Amino acid sequence: MSTTISAVQPRPGDPAITPELVAEHGLTPFEYEKLLGLLGREPTFTELGIVSALWSEHCSYKHSRPVLKTLPTEAPYVLQGPGENAGVISVGDGWAVAFKIESHNHPSAVEPYQGAATGVGGILRDVFTMGARPIAMLNSLRFGSLDTPRVRWLMAGVVKGIGDYGNCIGVPTVAGDVMFDPAYEGNPLVNAMCVGLMREDELITAKAEGVGNPILVVGARTGRDGIHGASFASEDLSEENEAKRPRVQVGDPFTEKLLLEASLELIRSGHIVAIQDMGAAGLTSSSAEMAERGDVGVVIDVTKVPVREEGMTPYEILLSESQERMLVVARRGHEEQAAAILRKWDLQAEVIGEVIAEPVYRVVEGDRVVAEFPGSRLVTECPQYFPEARESDVIVALRARDPHAVAERDEEADPVWTLTQLLSSPTIANKRWIYRQYDSQVRTSTVVGPGAADAAVVRLRGTNKALALKTDCNSRYVYLDPRMGGRIAVAEAARNVACTGGRPMAITNCLNFGNPKKPDVFFQFREAVFGMGEACRALGTPVTGGNVSLYNENPLGAVFPTPTVGMVGLIENIDHVTRSSFRTAGDSIILLGESTDELGASEYLSRVHNLTIGAVPSVDLDHEKRLVDALLAAIAAGVVHSAHDTSEGGVAVALAECCMGDRDATLGATVDVSEALVSSDRALLWGEAQGRVLVSTADVEGVLGIARAHGIAARTIGLVTAESRLVIRAGARTLDTPLAPLADAYFDAIPALMQRAAMATT
Amino acid sequence: MSRFRVSVHIVPRKGLLDPQGKAVSDALHALGFADVEDTRIGRYIVLDVKAESAAAAELSVKAMCDKLLANPVTEDYRIASTVTA
Amino acid sequence: MKFGIVTFPGSNCDVDALHAVTDQLGQTAVSLWHRDHDIQGCDVLILPGGFSYGDALRAGAIARFSPIMQEVIAHAERGAPVIGICNGFQILCESHLLPGALMRNAEMQFICDWVHIRTEGKAPMYLGGYEPSQVLRIPVAHGEGRFAADESTLDALEQNEQVVFRYCNGSGAITDAANCNGAMRNIAGIVNVNRNVLGMMPHPERAVESLLGSTDGLPLFESLLAQVGA
Repeated sequence: MSTTISAVQPRPGDPAITPELVAEHGLTPFEYEKLLGLLGREPTFTELGIVSALWSEHCSYKHSRPVLKTLPTEAPYVLQGPGENAGVISVGDGWAVAFKIESHNHPSAVEPYQGAATGVGGILRDVFTMGARPIAMLNSLRFGSLDTPRVRWLMAGVVKGIGDYGNCIGVPTVAGDVMFDPAYEGNPLVNAMCVGLMREDELITAKAEGVGNPILVVGARTGRDGIHGASFASEDLSEENEAKRPRVQVGDPFTEKLLLEASLELIRSGHIVAIQDMGAAGLTSSSAEMAERGDVGVVIDVTKVPVREEGMTPYEILLSESQERMLVVARRGHEEQAAAILRKWDLQAEVIGEVIAEPVYRVVEGDRVVAEFPGSRLVTECPQYFPEARESDVIVALRARDPHAVAERDEEADPVWTLTQLLSSPTIANKRWIYRQYDSQVRTSTVVGPGAADAAVVRLRGTNKALALKTDCNSRYVYLDPRMGGRIAVAEAARNVACTGGRPMAITNCLNFGNPKKPDVFFQFREAVFGMGEACRALGTPVTGGNVSLYNENPLGAVFPTPTVGMVGLIENIDHVTRSSFRTAGDSIILLGESTDELGASEYLSRVHNLTIGAVPSVDLDHEKRLVDALLAAIAAGVVHSAHDTSEGGVAVALAECCMGDRDATLGATVDVSEALVSSDRALLWGEAQGRVLVSTADVEGVLGIARAHGIAARTIGLVTAESRLVIRAGARTLDTPLAPLADAYFDAIPALMQRAAMATT
Repeated sequence: MSRFRVSVHIVPRKGLLDPQGKAVSDALHALGFADVEDTRIGRYIVLDVKAESAAAAELSVKAMCDKLLANPVTEDYRIASTVTA
Repeated sequence: MKFGIVTFPGSNCDVDALHAVTDQLGQTAVSLWHRDHDIQGCDVLILPGGFSYGDALRAGAIARFSPIMQEVIAHAERGAPVIGICNGFQILCESHLLPGALMRNAEMQFICDWVHIRTEGKAPMYLGGYEPSQVLRIPVAHGEGRFAADESTLDALEQNEQVVFRYCNGSGAITDAANCNGAMRNIAGIVNVNRNVLGMMPHPERAVESLLGSTDGLPLFESLLAQVGA
């Protein structure tokens, strides 16, 4: 590679750098001043493009970093915390788990099929570039109301996109969460999480090292896909112009599968020192981030990058977001061995640059220097912001409203009607229509797949252990009370993981919010992250990485603040795996935790009264920790036949779900959930008081004793029955119904709505 | 009103990756068809449409393409032929 | 007994098949690369599930031209066992080792689920370990699994007792409701005339451990061991 240094010069044909062009690239005048200071001169068009990508929120975390820094990130078993492609924890016996969650919201709003598919592809690459083989995928989805055709089209496309990509690459999709609310009407959220397994000594980081080491681009050719929106978002692009510059990224899971196998083989071979996915902002961010982590300089020649289209400019090559590409730093002299491995997998690799001692980020086009930045910390040169935070008065008022003052509808005289309404609410209803399209079993390690327990369970082959995996976030809570909602997101994930027998280990988070420059949005962001941090500290689950997705809003408003939690738990003994549905008639049903008069922020108010109001149920984090410990102790003692936490829809919905493990629902339950201190029967049935779990057992004293020892309130509320019938007494009310109509409501709700979505798939 | 048979080609939009086409190109190369430079795989749809004229039939089919038959974000379409059915 | 499991680019159930025959059956198994010309003395060849070549054009259409397929065909012609599961079944049909074709599922969606199938027909090599008309609980995971052939081919398959698995309900009745992908005559698996080549859409290698929900696939492999000799 030529090391001749010439002055940076604009390319012929580059547009002049005007304040308008700078603004189009999303740089504020302040940031532009900073750039001028950094360069000591006016940037070229290429440089402006580079900086606009690196100083975007996605790459720089400029609005979020100071808040994110408050999250706990350490535990003795954390091998890799935030800042790498994925977090990594040790699970013992020399095994390590890499995992991360990431959003693909904006692309999915434009083209749901490809947007979701490429989201899956990106998060897979983040995990296997750590040296881990992906063993499970999860996804967290948020949509508007399924009553609108556009939302049905979006969901059909997103689900098919996730399925087609994960199925093809052979990684099971094992769990997830889906919520529907008009707040997501124009801005669906698509968060994908990947979990991978490796030997601890196979961990590799994306740190460019070793002066003289060659930099290779591997995988698919570079096209004009997904080139940074900024410069093309101007209104006056003609249709013809638009057609020339496709921005939608198209996923190719077949190539990704080859890339996965080749990357793992490359990492094990020792011929490379670092590898990174070329994700958002493509070559630019991957090369700049690798240089920054290694504290070295790099030089890249864009003419060496294999392209899919003629006439691509350096700007386009640097910012392209074509999928299924990786940036690799090989050991000098090992290029041929590395290339041979890639050839075996029918993949292309080209040397496009090298690691240099000089602290500079340099891009050349043949012998012309088209971009050059001094220093190796280009990404963190970005200014940090501390936006104003102020809670919206509207939300304060909504939270202050008393849910008990909401008059009952006439139909509610029969609580079976209300329960049917809740079970057929798409947020609660069975999600089989979705997960049946995902191969949840490939790799033959899925012990508990979607729908069968509060979290998925994936065994670690060759050990007696398994992972419990779950994504969670009740964003209605976060909307009404971000601090409490942030805490609950973590606590509920932990409860779910513990219900399957897993000890909560660590989380990855995906923070989906609106525009952080709006004080009410930044307030939500800050408070939700603080709440998550508090819960993570209390529960001993550090945050090992994640993703921030801001600006999820449209002219009608922002999405519900949605800080999704992806939790990994460890099941030490595979015999301890516990499911959520009742197993044996005659078992006693025990409620761990206490019911309260809380009814605010409930699915009941939303579904039955179309209201998002009231105080969010309060969560006692110390209690949650003891609840997790009590559950794990009881499960390890072998006294728990089933465990299911109460969440949306309260105890009544949770009981119905425990009876409907399968559609035939052969077991029923008869219980009395009345509590002396709770005056509202509605709250007893539908309230979402935190820290509660329904356990079925043949050993009542065993469970009660363990609960007592952990300081957890516990009492027997009834029995599992052989009759397919649900009977719940709650104060003055009795709900008594055969299960068949409940099962119809629960299992048919989403298929019935989606039936109307014929031809919705891509 | 007459009946027209309108045939439409729908192909992945130019410049967008066509993973299926790429896999088929590679397979054709492997089978010795070295002269294949590019493959794009789309759909061919034949519609029988009642309309006043061939032009009206085409106009109607274009509307169908815009609304349903083609994905405007990822696909281009072209009317291949229109004949009296 | 030595099993050879073929990996095409895009295969993804190859490792599962390998684990099934080694971990659960205690047999030796090797992975065969699609470019290989040598089957390394394997007694049984398995074409596993997955998406060879990304299912471009038609599932299995490109894989049939892989160099290893000449060896698979030769192995089949010698009367030795060849099993195609899911994508492997599609490849066997595309290669004309088995009649018929696998089309898009009737409901046009990928389906991953537990289904029931019932044994029938004559294929001692694979069915020896099952009772006649035994109902198995087994996973399916495919988007193109609807078996289709012309009427005369279907009649011939039935008359010749080459249909070995049909989709059924939990009590063994062959019903439309139980036909998960809309296959003609509920066909889930067939053998060739010589009864040594088996193609099936459901995944027997996913049903060999009670931990994962079913061991109903085990007798299929055990039949092979008993009939072909360990």
